Amino acid sequence: MSREDVLVSAAWAEENLATPGVVFVEVDEDTSAYDGGHIPGAVKIDWKTELQDPVRRDFVDRAGFEKLLSAKGISNDDNVILYGGNNNWFAAYAYWYFKLYGHDSVKLLDGGRKKWELDGRPLDKEQVDREATSYTAQEQNQAIRAFRDEVVDAIGNKNLVDVRSPDEFSGKLLAPAHLPQEQAQRGGHIPSAINVPWSKAANEDGTFKSDEELAEIYGAAGFDGSRKTIAYCRIGERSSHTWFALHELLGHEDVKNYDGSWTEYGSLIGVPIELGSGKEA
Amino acid sequence: MSSSCGAPEQGADIQVGANEVVLTGKVRADGAPVGGAFVRLLDSSGEFTAEVVSSADGDFRFFAAPGTWTVRALHRSGNGQASVNAEGPGVHPVEVAVA
Repeated sequence: MSREDVLVSAAWAEENLATPGVVFVEVDEDTSAYDGGHIPGAVKIDWKTELQDPVRRDFVDRAGFEKLLSAKGISNDDNVILYGGNNNWFAAYAYWYFKLYGHDSVKLLDGGRKKWELDGRPLDKEQVDREATSYTAQEQNQAIRAFRDEVVDAIGNKNLVDVRSPDEFSGKLLAPAHLPQEQAQRGGHIPSAINVPWSKAANEDGTFKSDEELAEIYGAAGFDGSRKTIAYCRIGERSSHTWFALHELLGHEDVKNYDGSWTEYGSLIGVPIELGSGKEA
Repeated sequence: MSSSCGAPEQGADIQVGANEVVLTGKVRADGAPVGGAFVRLLDSSGEFTAEVVSSADGDFRFFAAPGTWTVRALHRSGNGQASVNAEGPGVHPVEVAVA
């Protein structure tokens, strides 16, 4: 797989705003970003209210995903370009959802909203109405989704990549530093995990680093390319960003995202937790 | 409790917990507040820690830990950064000029 199969540049995107069959989708949790100005013609998906089950701690199911995409006017054969704020965290999460439900033609806008805005490219506030479709999703592709028992079993034998910040990894902080530290669960990380913060994969402007730089970063941190891999963070969206780097950009074949991540693992009774930097002297 | 990773509204009044270390301030260009800047918190080794977008009034806020931090702002009008030393819990002000 090449980078062109999974990423588009801001320049390409601007040239293809009106291309038939290309649908831009902004994915954010904070939809006020979209409402304050979005890429012309883009529809929005609200990560929290539209991609999560409103009752259970889980995603929207297959039927829910079909209903959502149909209502947004997205067809099975559309080329979907995802972008968003937070360095594409939620766009990467949505990308993983699209793959999970079998949508092949989906790409990320490299750099997301940040790169677009820093470039001074156009945003507008026009209401976007797309005709409803009849979208058909596949069964979830479990080859890219990890659950808790599998994660516990992976200790010491798969690459466990903890993509949170070093202070979250060590147990010093329970959430990223732009959020209140109000979580109730324990701090720390899964034993044997390596800590490669998601941000290592991104340049300052939000674009992904080159394949050579990425391979160097994960290799230096102890990533073993011959092993299977599970990535996790706090709630599964930053690890989608790293899943994208490892699976889609570097082409490692068996990489799963553990969407339960630390909010689930750090609340389980009886599982091992490691504190500190985790690096052996 | 928030189960999200989206930043709360920047600049709004907040309750600061007894043990929380809060870094807060404004992004300015030629003295005027800059909204919509990408404000990045870097730790003492220069490692990225968090990022928020400044409010219309240029405000930003981070929940950090004691230590020395760099706050770096990116905007299409220019970039800039400032250092802040947070010795303990409380609110630590920091201003960032972009040019």
